[in-house]
Amino acid sequence: MTTRRRFLEMGAGGLAIPAVSSLSLPAWAGKVWQPDELPEGAVAQGLLEALPGKVPLIKRSYRPPNFETPVDYLRDVITPNNAFFVRYHLSGVPTVDAKTWRLKVGGDAAGSALELDFDSLRRDFVAQEIVAVCQCSGNRRGMFSPHVQGVEWGVGAMGNARWKGARLRDILARAGVKKEAIEVAFNGADTAPLPATPDFVKSIPVDIAMGENTLVAWEMNGKPLPHWNGFPARLVVPGWTGTYWVKHLTDVEVRSKPLGGFWMNPAYRVPAGKFPAADPFRTQATAANTPITDIVVNSLVTSLRDGQRFHAGQVIDVAGIAWDGGRGIRRVDVSVDSGRSWQAAELGRDLGRFSFRAFSLKFKADRKGPAVVMVKATNNRGDTQVPELIFNPAGYHHNVIPRIMIEVA
Amino acid sequence: MATLRAFCLSIAVLAALPALAGEEKFRLKEAPGADKVRANCVACHSLDYIALNSPFLDHKGWEATVAKMGKAFGAPVRPEDAGPIADYLAKHYGKR
Repeated sequence: MTTRRRFLEMGAGGLAIPAVSSLSLPAWAGKVWQPDELPEGAVAQGLLEALPGKVPLIKRSYRPPNFETPVDYLRDVITPNNAFFVRYHLSGVPTVDAKTWRLKVGGDAAGSALELDFDSLRRDFVAQEIVAVCQCSGNRRGMFSPHVQGVEWGVGAMGNARWKGARLRDILARAGVKKEAIEVAFNGADTAPLPATPDFVKSIPVDIAMGENTLVAWEMNGKPLPHWNGFPARLVVPGWTGTYWVKHLTDVEVRSKPLGGFWMNPAYRVPAGKFPAADPFRTQATAANTPITDIVVNSLVTSLRDGQRFHAGQVIDVAGIAWDGGRGIRRVDVSVDSGRSWQAAELGRDLGRFSFRAFSLKFKADRKGPAVVMVKATNNRGDTQVPELIFNPAGYHHNVIPRIMIEVA
Repeated sequence: MATLRAFCLSIAVLAALPALAGEEKFRLKEAPGADKVRANCVACHSLDYIALNSPFLDHKGWEATVAKMGKAFGAPVRPEDAGPIADYLAKHYGKR
């Protein structure tokens, strides 16, 4: 499968993405790159639109709001808050007042019930900081062949930020965790318009909940969480996909039994055995499938577009970002001859094993004609991006090695 | 009446969420069945979801989608409306 690329002309306007609200601008002002593989309808609907407080992002759906980060903002390893993607399942997006917000901790496997207000969350626990990628499970779903239903994301349903918060395990320790605890479940303040719609509630294994990196975060890149990214506090589960990073967090439940409900099963599942290297989620696994867990190793080329033309003798920079679910990036290899030979790219500053890592490989375009650029990231466990899509019906874990066609004239 | 209930709900939802303005810019293709789609779908999501997921589902795919909206998400789609809705979606937003 190829990742042919193109500019999508969406009318008049320059390359620069206007940093003002779309309310005063036509939605099609400016232009934005979207992958060629997306369904036609997704490309046509992928308008640049700004939610309040955000720069124009690629609108996938208005309500619930699903907005994707354009590649232009993914060149830096830290994604700006106002360009960070937005993803909601339920259209009742809550406006939460930090003064009246409470975090309730309880459950049948908690020692006692506990309630924290925003001040006590920030004051009573040792604040931790971690740089981590938040990536929607369905990032790149729109590039699946054949197409599968859902939000037809391109490459930008992800971002990397420095999160600050309290360790979940410190909060849980205050309530007490009984030895029969197997999962910890999370609810946020978002709601569905119909009472019959399942509330968005998620759980993680207790060992992940008690891990040193799992946070209840109130800051993102040194600022309060943006409204659209979970103000005033959200769960941060470094390494695991965004579905577990519950926004506008209100309830934490320590459980002795697996959490049920639509959002745990059948949603967010991958077929059993298709991704054998993934972190297990034993209390939720069935013979047929298992919840999606950690992020597969992946990369994104941000310096080249498919079809881009260069002069012979010009130096071409194959640059971008690589990431995985927390083993850390060991190397990124680049081929400029359709995969016949590979060279190791230079890696950028290491912001930790859960972060985007920049890479760059410069080469001189000395041969005229078309060339195919390929990029393959490898993590510290030896996992690499895959040559062919591992198809799964929900459209997860797309980490296919790209083939970017360029032309040297 | 389910459709009236859905319509009223949709008004309530839209009124409660002014920050999500913009969806009125999306227009469904006007054809028989479009009114039923609006009445049954708009309570929970903007209609651009339909175009977003097009054109790759065949009639069976859209039937399954309509059924999922009822079964998984609790949308009160009347049984007699499900067929015409799937027909409309397959004809105007289906696999070509």
